[in-house]
Amino acid sequence: MDINATLIGQTIAFIVFVWFCMKFVWPPIINAIEERQKKIADGLNAGERAQKDLEKAQEEIAEQLKEAKQQAAEIVEQAKKRGAKIVEEETQRGHEEREKIVASGHEEVTAERNRAREELRKQVAVLAVTGAQKIIEREIDKDAHSDIVEKLVAEL
Amino acid sequence: MISGEQTPTQYIQHHLQNWTVGDGFWAVNVDTIFWSVLLGVLFLWSFRRVAKKSSAGVPGKWQCFVEMIVEFVDNSVKESFHGKDKLIAPLALTIFVWIFLMNLMDLIPVDWLPTAAMYGGYWLGFVDDPHDVYMKVVPTTDLNTTFALSLSVFALIIIYSIKYKGVKGFAKEMTFTPFNHWALIPVNFVLESITLLAKPASLALRLFGNLYAGELIFILIAMIGFWQLPAHFAWAVFHILVITLQAFIFMMLTIVYLSMASSEH
Repeated sequence: MDINATLIGQTIAFIVFVWFCMKFVWPPIINAIEERQKKIADGLNAGERAQKDLEKAQEEIAEQLKEAKQQAAEIVEQAKKRGAKIVEEETQRGHEEREKIVASGHEEVTAERNRAREELRKQVAVLAVTGAQKIIEREIDKDAHSDIVEKLVAEL
Repeated sequence: MISGEQTPTQYIQHHLQNWTVGDGFWAVNVDTIFWSVLLGVLFLWSFRRVAKKSSAGVPGKWQCFVEMIVEFVDNSVKESFHGKDKLIAPLALTIFVWIFLMNLMDLIPVDWLPTAAMYGGYWLGFVDDPHDVYMKVVPTTDLNTTFALSLSVFALIIIYSIKYKGVKGFAKEMTFTPFNHWALIPVNFVLESITLLAKPASLALRLFGNLYAGELIFILIAMIGFWQLPAHFAWAVFHILVITLQAFIFMMLTIVYLSMASSEH
Protein backbone atom coordinates (compact mmCIF):
# COMPACT_ATOMS: atom_id res chain seq x y z
CA MET A 1 0.00 0.00 0.00
CA ASP A 2 2.99 2.25 -0.10
CA ILE A 3 3.73 4.70 -2.81
CA ASN A 4 6.64 3.25 -4.76
CA ALA A 5 8.09 2.95 -8.23
CA THR A 6 4.80 1.46 -9.42
CA LEU A 7 3.62 5.06 -9.61
CA ILE A 8 6.19 5.80 -12.30
CA GLY A 9 5.39 2.64 -14.19
CA GLN A 10 1.68 3.37 -14.11
CA THR A 11 2.28 6.95 -15.23
CA ILE A 12 4.31 5.77 -18.20
CA ALA A 13 1.67 3.18 -19.06
CA PHE A 14 -1.03 5.83 -18.84
CA ILE A 15 0.86 8.27 -21.05
CA VAL A 16 1.51 5.57 -23.65
CA PHE A 17 -2.13 4.50 -23.62
CA VAL A 18 -3.37 8.07 -24.02
CA TRP A 19 -0.87 8.70 -26.81
CA PHE A 20 -1.92 5.53 -28.63
CA CYS A 21 -5.58 6.36 -28.20
CA MET A 22 -5.05 9.89 -29.47
CA LYS A 23 -3.02 8.72 -32.46
CA PHE A 24 -4.67 5.51 -33.62
CA VAL A 25 -8.01 5.00 -31.94
CA TRP A 26 -9.86 8.26 -31.52
CA PRO A 27 -9.49 9.97 -34.91
CA PRO A 28 -10.71 7.14 -37.19
CA ILE A 29 -13.69 6.34 -34.97
CA ILE A 30 -14.82 9.93 -34.48
CA ASN A 31 -14.33 10.64 -38.19
CA ALA A 32 -16.46 7.65 -39.11
CA ILE A 33 -19.14 8.75 -36.66
CA GLU A 34 -19.19 12.29 -37.95
CA GLU A 35 -19.22 11.15 -41.55
CA ARG A 36 -22.09 8.80 -40.85
CA GLN A 37 -23.97 11.54 -39.02
CA LYS A 38 -23.56 13.75 -42.06
CA LYS A 39 -24.70 10.95 -44.34
CA ILE A 40 -27.76 10.31 -42.23
CA ALA A 41 -28.58 14.00 -42.09
CA ASP A 42 -28.21 14.21 -45.87
CA GLY A 43 -30.37 11.14 -46.28
CA LEU A 44 -33.07 12.58 -44.06
CA ASN A 45 -32.95 15.85 -45.95
CA ALA A 46 -33.20 14.03 -49.27
CA GLY A 47 -36.11 12.02 -47.95
CA GLU A 48 -37.88 15.17 -46.81
CA ARG A 49 -37.24 16.82 -50.15
CA ALA A 50 -38.54 13.78 -52.02
CA GLN A 51 -41.63 13.81 -49.83
CA LYS A 52 -42.22 17.45 -50.67
CA ASP A 53 -41.65 16.79 -54.37
CA LEU A 54 -44.08 13.91 -54.24
CA GLU A 55 -46.70 16.08 -52.58
CA LYS A 56 -46.20 18.76 -55.17
CA ALA A 57 -46.42 16.25 -58.00
CA GLN A 58 -49.58 14.81 -56.52
CA GLU A 59 -51.09 18.26 -56.29
CA GLU A 60 -50.13 18.91 -59.87
CA ILE A 61 -51.63 15.64 -60.95
CA ALA A 62 -54.87 16.42 -59.17
CA GLU A 63 -55.01 19.81 -60.80
CA GLN A 64 -54.28 18.38 -64.24
CA LEU A 65 -56.88 15.71 -63.72
CA LYS A 66 -59.44 18.33 -62.78
CA GLU A 67 -58.57 20.36 -65.82
CA ALA A 68 -58.75 17.33 -68.07
CA LYS A 69 -62.11 16.40 -66.64
CA GLN A 70 -63.38 19.89 -67.23
CA GLN A 71 -62.09 19.84 -70.76
CA ALA A 72 -63.64 16.47 -71.39
CA ALA A 73 -66.96 17.71 -70.07
CA GLU A 74 -66.73 20.72 -72.32
CA ILE A 75 -65.92 18.56 -75.32
CA VAL A 76 -68.82 16.24 -74.58
CA GLU A 77 -71.11 19.23 -74.18
CA GLN A 78 -69.94 20.66 -77.50
CA ALA A 79 -70.32 17.32 -79.20
CA LYS A 80 -73.84 16.98 -77.88
CA LYS A 81 -74.71 20.45 -79.09
CA ARG A 82 -73.23 19.78 -82.46
CA GLY A 83 -74.98 16.45 -82.70
CA ALA A 84 -78.29 18.07 -81.90
CA LYS A 85 -77.66 20.74 -84.48
CA ILE A 86 -76.74 18.18 -87.13
CA VAL A 87 -79.85 16.15 -86.37
CA GLU A 88 -81.96 19.28 -86.59
CA GLU A 89 -80.36 20.32 -89.84
CA GLU A 90 -80.72 16.87 -91.32
CA THR A 91 -84.35 16.73 -90.28
CA GLN A 92 -84.92 20.11 -91.87
CA ARG A 93 -83.22 19.03 -95.06
CA GLY A 94 -85.17 15.77 -95.09
CA HIS A 95 -88.37 17.72 -94.75
CA GLU A 96 -87.40 19.99 -97.59
CA GLU A 97 -86.40 17.08 -99.76
CA ARG A 98 -89.65 15.34 -99.08
CA GLU A 99 -91.56 18.45 -99.88
CA LYS A 100 -89.62 18.83 -103.08
CA ILE A 101 -90.12 15.23 -104.08
CA VAL A 102 -93.77 15.40 -103.21
CA ALA A 103 -94.14 18.64 -105.18
CA SER A 104 -92.38 17.24 -108.22
CA GLY A 105 -94.51 14.13 -107.95
CA HIS A 106 -97.62 16.27 -107.88
CA GLU A 107 -96.47 18.17 -110.91
CA GLU A 108 -95.71 15.00 -112.79
CA VAL A 109 -99.05 13.52 -111.86
CA THR A 110 -100.80 16.70 -112.97
CA ALA A 111 -98.93 16.74 -116.28
CA GLU A 112 -99.64 13.08 -116.85
CA ARG A 113 -103.29 13.63 -116.06
CA ASN A 114 -103.49 16.55 -118.45
CA ARG A 115 -101.87 14.59 -121.17
CA ALA A 116 -104.16 11.65 -120.57
CA ARG A 117 -107.10 13.93 -120.58
CA GLU A 118 -106.00 15.46 -123.89
CA GLU A 119 -105.52 12.01 -125.35
CA LEU A 120 -108.87 10.91 -124.04
CA ARG A 121 -110.50 14.02 -125.42
CA LYS A 122 -109.03 13.34 -128.83
CA GLN A 123 -110.09 9.75 -128.75
CA VAL A 124 -113.58 10.68 -127.52
CA ALA A 125 -113.81 13.20 -130.37
CA VAL A 126 -112.79 10.58 -132.85
CA LEU A 127 -115.17 8.11 -131.21
CA ALA A 128 -117.97 10.66 -131.24
CA VAL A 129 -117.32 11.51 -134.81
CA THR A 130 -117.12 7.87 -135.76
CA GLY A 131 -120.33 7.17 -133.86
CA ALA A 132 -121.98 10.16 -135.34
CA GLN A 133 -120.74 9.14 -138.76
CA LYS A 134 -122.28 5.74 -138.28
CA ILE A 135 -125.58 7.36 -137.34
CA ILE A 136 -125.42 10.05 -139.89
CA GLU A 137 -124.31 7.80 -142.70
CA ARG A 138 -127.84 6.75 -142.74
CA GLU A 139 -129.55 10.12 -142.44
CA ILE A 140 -127.40 13.05 -143.06
CA ASP A 141 -125.09 14.19 -145.73
CA LYS A 142 -121.61 14.17 -144.66
CA ASP A 143 -120.72 17.40 -146.26
CA ALA A 144 -123.81 19.26 -145.10
CA HIS A 145 -123.29 18.50 -141.43
CA SER A 146 -119.52 18.66 -141.08
CA ASP A 147 -119.57 22.15 -139.70
CA ILE A 148 -121.76 21.07 -136.80
CA VAL A 149 -119.44 18.17 -136.03
CA GLU A 150 -116.46 20.38 -136.06
CA LYS A 151 -118.12 22.85 -133.68
CA LEU A 152 -118.82 19.90 -131.39
CA VAL A 153 -115.21 18.75 -131.47
CA ALA A 154 -113.98 22.24 -130.64
CA GLU A 155 -116.27 22.36 -127.64
CA LEU A 156 -114.81 19.16 -126.15
CA MET B 1 -12.35 -19.03 1.56
CA ILE B 2 -10.15 -19.23 4.59
CA SER B 3 -7.69 -22.06 4.77
CA GLY B 4 -7.34 -23.79 8.10
CA GLU B 5 -4.27 -22.13 9.53
CA GLN B 6 -5.33 -18.55 8.60
CA THR B 7 -7.05 -16.21 11.03
CA PRO B 8 -9.55 -13.73 9.55
CA THR B 9 -7.05 -10.93 10.04
CA GLN B 10 -4.38 -12.82 8.16
CA TYR B 11 -6.87 -13.61 5.42
CA ILE B 12 -7.76 -9.96 4.96
CA GLN B 13 -4.17 -8.83 5.11
CA HIS B 14 -3.18 -11.46 2.62
CA HIS B 15 -5.78 -10.19 0.19
CA LEU B 16 -4.76 -6.59 0.59
CA GLN B 17 -1.07 -7.21 0.01
CA ASN B 18 0.49 -6.45 -3.35
CA TRP B 19 2.90 -8.74 -5.08
CA THR B 20 5.92 -6.53 -4.62
CA VAL B 21 9.34 -6.95 -6.10
CA GLY B 22 12.18 -4.87 -4.71
CA ASP B 23 12.60 -2.76 -1.59
CA GLY B 24 11.87 0.78 -0.51
CA PHE B 25 10.76 3.32 -3.07
CA TRP B 26 12.09 1.34 -5.98
CA ALA B 27 9.84 -1.57 -5.24
CA VAL B 28 7.34 -2.43 -7.95
CA ASN B 29 3.87 -3.85 -7.48
CA VAL B 30 4.00 -6.42 -10.25
CA ASP B 31 0.33 -7.40 -9.97
CA THR B 32 -0.85 -3.80 -10.31
CA ILE B 33 1.32 -3.18 -13.35
CA PHE B 34 0.44 -6.53 -14.92
CA TRP B 35 -3.32 -6.25 -14.62
CA SER B 36 -3.52 -2.56 -15.51
CA VAL B 37 -1.33 -2.93 -18.58
CA LEU B 38 -3.21 -6.05 -19.62
CA LEU B 39 -6.52 -4.20 -19.36
CA GLY B 40 -5.16 -1.10 -21.07
CA VAL B 41 -3.88 -3.20 -23.96
CA LEU B 42 -7.20 -5.04 -24.11
CA PHE B 43 -8.99 -1.70 -24.31
CA LEU B 44 -6.73 -0.28 -27.01
CA TRP B 45 -6.65 -3.51 -29.00
CA SER B 46 -10.41 -3.92 -29.07
CA PHE B 47 -11.00 -0.26 -29.92
CA ARG B 48 -8.21 -0.23 -32.48
CA ARG B 49 -9.90 -3.12 -34.28
CA VAL B 50 -12.94 -0.92 -34.74
CA ALA B 51 -10.86 2.10 -35.69
CA LYS B 52 -9.10 0.16 -38.44
CA LYS B 53 -12.33 -1.01 -40.02
CA SER B 54 -14.41 2.03 -39.24
CA SER B 55 -16.32 3.48 -42.13
CA ALA B 56 -19.40 5.59 -42.53
CA GLY B 57 -21.31 2.54 -43.75
CA VAL B 58 -23.55 0.28 -41.72
CA PRO B 59 -21.66 -0.50 -38.48
CA GLY B 60 -21.34 -3.93 -36.91
CA LYS B 61 -22.50 -4.64 -33.37
CA TRP B 62 -19.12 -4.18 -31.70
CA GLN B 63 -18.50 -1.05 -33.76
CA CYS B 64 -21.87 0.28 -32.62
CA PHE B 65 -20.94 -0.37 -29.01
CA VAL B 66 -17.55 1.29 -29.34
CA GLU B 67 -19.04 4.23 -31.19
CA MET B 68 -21.66 4.59 -28.48
CA ILE B 69 -18.92 4.95 -25.85
CA VAL B 70 -16.87 7.28 -28.06
CA GLU B 71 -19.88 9.46 -28.74
CA PHE B 72 -20.80 9.52 -25.07
CA VAL B 73 -17.30 10.67 -24.17
CA ASP B 74 -17.27 13.13 -27.05
CA ASN B 75 -20.55 14.67 -25.89
CA SER B 76 -19.28 14.94 -22.32
CA VAL B 77 -16.15 16.71 -23.58
CA LYS B 78 -18.10 19.04 -25.85
CA GLU B 79 -20.48 20.00 -23.07
CA SER B 80 -17.72 21.07 -20.69
CA PHE B 81 -14.74 21.96 -22.81
CA HIS B 82 -15.20 24.75 -25.30
CA GLY B 83 -12.65 25.20 -27.99
CA LYS B 84 -10.65 22.77 -30.02
CA ASP B 85 -8.24 20.37 -28.46
CA LYS B 86 -6.94 17.11 -29.89
CA LEU B 87 -5.86 15.63 -26.58
CA ILE B 88 -8.77 15.99 -24.20
CA ALA B 89 -11.29 13.71 -25.90
CA PRO B 90 -8.98 10.70 -26.32
CA LEU B 91 -7.62 11.38 -22.84
CA ALA B 92 -11.14 11.26 -21.44
CA LEU B 93 -11.91 8.08 -23.38
CA THR B 94 -8.77 6.38 -22.12
CA ILE B 95 -9.46 7.42 -18.55
CA PHE B 96 -13.09 6.30 -18.68
CA VAL B 97 -12.59 2.90 -20.29
CA TRP B 98 -9.35 2.04 -18.58
CA ILE B 99 -10.59 2.91 -15.11
CA PHE B 100 -13.86 1.13 -15.84
CA LEU B 101 -12.02 -2.06 -16.84
CA MET B 102 -9.70 -1.88 -13.84
CA ASN B 103 -12.66 -1.35 -11.52
CA LEU B 104 -14.45 -4.22 -13.23
CA MET B 105 -11.82 -6.62 -11.90
CA ASP B 106 -13.52 -6.07 -8.56
CA LEU B 107 -16.47 -8.16 -9.71
CA ILE B 108 -14.35 -11.28 -10.17
CA PRO B 109 -14.86 -13.31 -6.98
CA VAL B 110 -12.09 -12.26 -4.60
CA ASP B 111 -10.50 -15.66 -4.22
CA TRP B 112 -10.31 -16.86 -7.78
CA LEU B 113 -7.29 -15.12 -9.19
CA PRO B 114 -5.28 -14.92 -5.93
CA THR B 115 -5.80 -18.64 -5.28
CA ALA B 116 -4.90 -19.49 -8.86
CA ALA B 117 -1.79 -17.35 -8.52
CA MET B 118 -0.91 -18.93 -5.16
CA TYR B 119 -0.98 -22.49 -6.40
CA GLY B 120 0.38 -21.54 -9.79
CA GLY B 121 3.36 -19.87 -8.15
CA TYR B 122 3.81 -22.82 -5.79
CA TRP B 123 3.67 -25.45 -8.51
CA LEU B 124 5.96 -23.52 -10.77
CA GLY B 125 8.42 -23.43 -7.91
CA PHE B 126 8.66 -19.69 -7.38
CA VAL B 127 7.81 -20.04 -3.68
CA ASP B 128 7.99 -22.73 -1.04
CA ASP B 129 4.71 -21.81 0.61
CA PRO B 130 1.63 -20.86 -1.46
CA HIS B 131 0.82 -18.21 1.15
CA ASP B 132 3.88 -16.26 0.16
CA VAL B 133 2.24 -15.38 -3.16
CA TYR B 134 0.33 -12.15 -3.11
CA MET B 135 -2.00 -11.12 -5.88
CA LYS B 136 -4.17 -8.02 -5.83
CA VAL B 137 -6.14 -7.99 -9.05
CA VAL B 138 -7.86 -4.61 -8.87
CA PRO B 139 -5.25 -2.04 -9.92
CA THR B 140 -7.41 0.88 -8.80
CA THR B 141 -7.20 -0.35 -5.19
CA ASP B 142 -3.53 0.53 -5.40
CA LEU B 143 -2.75 4.15 -4.58
CA ASN B 144 0.07 4.05 -7.12
CA THR B 145 -2.40 3.63 -9.97
CA THR B 146 -4.84 6.31 -8.86
CA PHE B 147 -2.06 8.76 -8.13
CA ALA B 148 -0.38 8.00 -11.44
CA LEU B 149 -3.60 8.98 -13.16
CA SER B 150 -4.35 12.02 -11.06
CA LEU B 151 -0.77 13.34 -11.14
CA SER B 152 -0.76 13.04 -14.93
CA VAL B 153 -3.97 15.04 -14.97
CA PHE B 154 -2.38 17.50 -12.54
CA ALA B 155 0.56 17.96 -14.89
CA LEU B 156 -1.88 18.58 -17.72
CA ILE B 157 -3.73 21.15 -15.61
CA ILE B 158 -0.54 23.11 -15.15
CA ILE B 159 0.46 22.71 -18.82
CA TYR B 160 -2.94 23.90 -19.99
CA SER B 161 -2.97 26.81 -17.55
CA ILE B 162 0.36 28.03 -18.89
CA LYS B 163 -0.55 27.28 -22.49
CA TYR B 164 -3.81 29.23 -22.42
CA LYS B 165 -3.02 31.97 -19.91
CA GLY B 166 0.74 32.24 -20.16
CA VAL B 167 3.15 32.02 -17.25
CA LYS B 168 2.13 35.54 -16.22
CA GLY B 169 -1.56 34.81 -16.33
CA PHE B 170 -1.09 31.63 -14.35
CA ALA B 171 1.05 33.39 -11.76
CA LYS B 172 -1.49 36.17 -11.54
CA GLU B 173 -4.26 33.70 -10.99
CA MET B 174 -2.26 32.06 -8.22
CA THR B 175 -1.65 35.35 -6.44
CA PHE B 176 -4.52 37.74 -7.14
CA THR B 177 -7.52 35.47 -6.69
CA PRO B 178 -9.77 35.29 -4.80
CA PHE B 179 -8.72 38.63 -3.16
CA ASN B 180 -7.61 41.15 -5.70
CA HIS B 181 -5.19 43.14 -3.52
CA TRP B 182 -1.39 43.12 -3.41
CA ALA B 183 -1.30 42.94 0.38
CA LEU B 184 -3.15 39.63 0.28
CA ILE B 185 -0.82 37.91 -2.19
CA PRO B 186 0.50 35.38 0.36
CA VAL B 187 -3.02 34.49 1.51
CA ASN B 188 -4.15 34.13 -2.09
CA PHE B 189 -1.15 32.00 -2.91
CA VAL B 190 -1.80 29.63 -0.04
CA LEU B 191 -5.48 29.37 -0.89
CA GLU B 192 -4.90 28.82 -4.59
CA SER B 193 -2.15 26.29 -3.98
CA ILE B 194 -4.42 24.28 -1.73
CA THR B 195 -7.16 24.44 -4.39
CA LEU B 196 -4.74 23.31 -7.04
CA LEU B 197 -3.20 20.50 -4.99
CA ALA B 198 -6.60 19.34 -3.77
CA LYS B 199 -7.54 18.46 -7.33
CA PRO B 200 -5.14 15.53 -7.89
CA ALA B 201 -5.38 14.45 -4.27
CA SER B 202 -9.17 14.29 -4.33
CA LEU B 203 -9.20 12.59 -7.74
CA ALA B 204 -6.83 9.86 -6.62
CA LEU B 205 -8.24 9.35 -3.14
CA ARG B 206 -11.87 9.29 -4.26
CA LEU B 207 -11.24 6.52 -6.76
CA PHE B 208 -8.94 4.61 -4.43
CA GLY B 209 -11.28 4.97 -1.45
CA ASN B 210 -14.35 3.76 -3.28
CA LEU B 211 -12.69 0.75 -4.82
CA TYR B 212 -10.64 -0.17 -1.75
CA ALA B 213 -13.76 -0.08 0.42
CA GLY B 214 -15.68 -2.11 -2.14
CA GLU B 215 -12.91 -4.69 -2.33
CA LEU B 216 -12.71 -4.86 1.45
CA ILE B 217 -16.42 -5.55 1.71
CA PHE B 218 -16.10 -8.29 -0.90
CA ILE B 219 -13.34 -9.84 1.22
CA LEU B 220 -15.43 -9.59 4.39
CA ILE B 221 -18.41 -11.15 2.59
CA ALA B 222 -16.16 -13.96 1.42
CA MET B 223 -15.51 -14.90 5.06
CA ILE B 224 -19.09 -15.42 6.23
CA GLY B 225 -19.61 -18.93 4.91
CA PHE B 226 -22.63 -20.06 2.93
CA TRP B 227 -24.53 -16.76 3.10
CA GLN B 228 -21.74 -15.12 1.16
CA LEU B 229 -23.45 -16.19 -2.07
CA PRO B 230 -26.54 -13.95 -1.91
CA ALA B 231 -24.59 -11.26 -0.08
CA HIS B 232 -21.88 -11.30 -2.70
CA PHE B 233 -24.48 -11.09 -5.44
CA ALA B 234 -26.24 -8.14 -3.81
CA TRP B 235 -23.02 -6.23 -3.21
CA ALA B 236 -21.77 -6.98 -6.73
CA VAL B 237 -24.98 -5.61 -8.24
CA PHE B 238 -24.61 -2.46 -6.21
CA HIS B 239 -20.93 -2.30 -7.04
CA ILE B 240 -21.61 -2.20 -10.78
CA LEU B 241 -22.98 1.27 -10.13
CA VAL B 242 -19.90 2.31 -8.14
CA ILE B 243 -17.54 0.97 -10.81
CA THR B 244 -19.20 2.89 -13.62
CA LEU B 245 -19.82 5.99 -11.57
CA GLN B 246 -16.22 6.27 -10.35
CA ALA B 247 -14.88 5.89 -13.89
CA PHE B 248 -17.33 8.51 -15.08
CA ILE B 249 -16.55 10.92 -12.22
CA PHE B 250 -12.82 10.66 -12.83
CA MET B 251 -13.33 11.38 -16.53
CA MET B 252 -15.78 14.22 -15.94
CA LEU B 253 -13.61 15.93 -13.33
CA THR B 254 -10.57 15.65 -15.60
CA ILE B 255 -12.49 17.40 -18.36
CA VAL B 256 -13.81 20.05 -15.99
CA TYR B 257 -10.39 20.72 -14.43
CA LEU B 258 -8.79 21.04 -17.86
CA SER B 259 -11.51 23.31 -19.16
CA MET B 260 -11.14 25.45 -16.04
CA ALA B 261 -7.40 25.56 -16.59
CA SER B 262 -7.82 26.66 -20.18
CA SER B 263 -10.39 29.39 -19.69
CA GLU B 264 -10.16 32.81 -18.05
CA HIS B 265 -12.08 33.46 -14.89
